Parts: sequence; C-alpha cells; structure tokens
Amino acid sequence: MATNPHDWLNEHGDYLYRFALARLRNPHQAEDVVQETLLAAIKNPNYAAQSSPRTWLTGILKHKIIDCMRKQVREIPASELLTEEDANMDEFFDNTGHWAEKPVAWDIPQDALQQKQFLQILQQCMTRLPQKLAAIFTMRDVDEMENEEICKALNITATNAWVMLYRARMGLRKCLEMHW
Amino acid sequence: MLNCKRTSVLVSQSLDRPLTWRERWAVRLHLLICVYCRRFAQQLQWMRRAMQGWQQQVAEDSEVALSQDARDRITQQLDKFY
Repeated sequence: MATNPHDWLNEHGDYLYRFALARLRNPHQAEDVVQETLLAAIKNPNYAAQSSPRTWLTGILKHKIIDCMRKQVREIPASELLTEEDANMDEFFDNTGHWAEKPVAWDIPQDALQQKQFLQILQQCMTRLPQKLAAIFTMRDVDEMENEEICKALNITATNAWVMLYRARMGLRKCLEMHW
Repeated sequence: MLNCKRTSVLVSQSLDRPLTWRERWAVRLHLLICVYCRRFAQQLQWMRRAMQGWQQQVAEDSEVALSQDARDRITQQLDKFY
C-alpha cells in the first residue's frame, strides 16, 4: 500500500488522468484536476489510512472534475440559460414542427474496428459541442448523475438542465449523422 | 396529437425524468406512426450507451498517459507539501 504521494502519482497518475480526460476532453484541464486531486489528498489527514488509494483518489477527482465543469457552465451569459423548451431549434424543425432533415437509419457498428471508428467520431462530435453542453451531457449520460445533483452542482434549474441536455443530444445526433 | 418537435423534446426528457402518463401515451402514439421519431429515440439510447463505452475505452487505453512535463510539474507541487 502506497502512502507516499509520489507513489500515488506513479501508480495512479495515468489512470486518474485518463479518467479526467474522458470527462473534460481537454488535456490541460485534465492535468490540472489530477494535480489538484493529489494536493487535496495529501492535505487530508487520513490519507495514510486509505486501504484503496485509487478508489479514494478517484472519489476526490470526481469532485474536482465537477468543480471544473461548474466553472465552464458559470461562464454562460444569463441570456443563454434557456428556459424556453423549444427556443431556437429552427435548424432541426420546420415551422410546422416536422423534422427539417429527417433522421436516417444508422448502421450499427458490427465489429471492434467499426466500433472504434464510431467512438472516434463521437469524440470529435463532443469536442464540437459548446463546452457547457458537453459538460452537462457527460454528467448525465456518462456518469449518470441524478438531475437534482446536476442542478445543485451547476446551480441551474431543472428546466435549464432538460433544455441543455436536449440541445446537447440534438447537436451530437446531427453531427454523428453527418459523419458516420 | 404531438408533432415531431414536441415529441423529440419529450423523448429527450424521458431520459432525465419520469414523464407523466399523459405525456407517455402521447409519445407512444406518435412513435407508433412516425418512423423518424422512432429512429431518433433509438439513436439517443444508442448515443448514451456509446458514450459510456467510449469513456470506458479511454479509461483503459494505456497509450494515454500524463506527459513528462505534467508529471514533473505535479511532482514539484507535491514536494512543497511533502
């Protein structure tokens, strides 16, 4: 059992970095949260007593990631915090509420290689989403955080959250459709 | 009768909150007659699963690692406290 923070960095640093990178997608931000996590860990007086440093460190890291996402979302001008459910979805629907571009059937990736290609496109599409939308989508659809938790973490209303998630999914779907 | 726009909103929200029975029936009815919204609903489910798969893949990808620069920087910071 490693109780030396330098051992933590050696043994768990890459894992923590990958965990953060999968959620923040920005290498610099991911490095920063790993550093903050290790610093927070050594300031915790109980650190030596942790039986599973990786689990414990990951728990701290999750909080640091949410802090980082909160900052991204806080930078949204109030005017962009949508409350109108169907605000500005004109690019997706015509004025009678029908699909402007009808969703086409996707080929489901069959083998590992196709799967990998699909995931790569998905990743590229995520980076094209506005950061705040990517952040909330990650919280909800990757980490399966409860809506209540997300609203509390980001200080937004439930309606804000539903609208942002809707926009994220619409944007991502459209991007996947264009590139897959 | 729901239109596609409203249906897509409710399909998305159904991933985030329980719909009321009235909403559920309205969505179900629309999906019965609309292949596009049916596709849309499937694709949202699929995207969610793919996101989780991708996250898993990144977490296990041993080629992705902290750069030596970042490692040195973090080591320096840790030295200040330990």
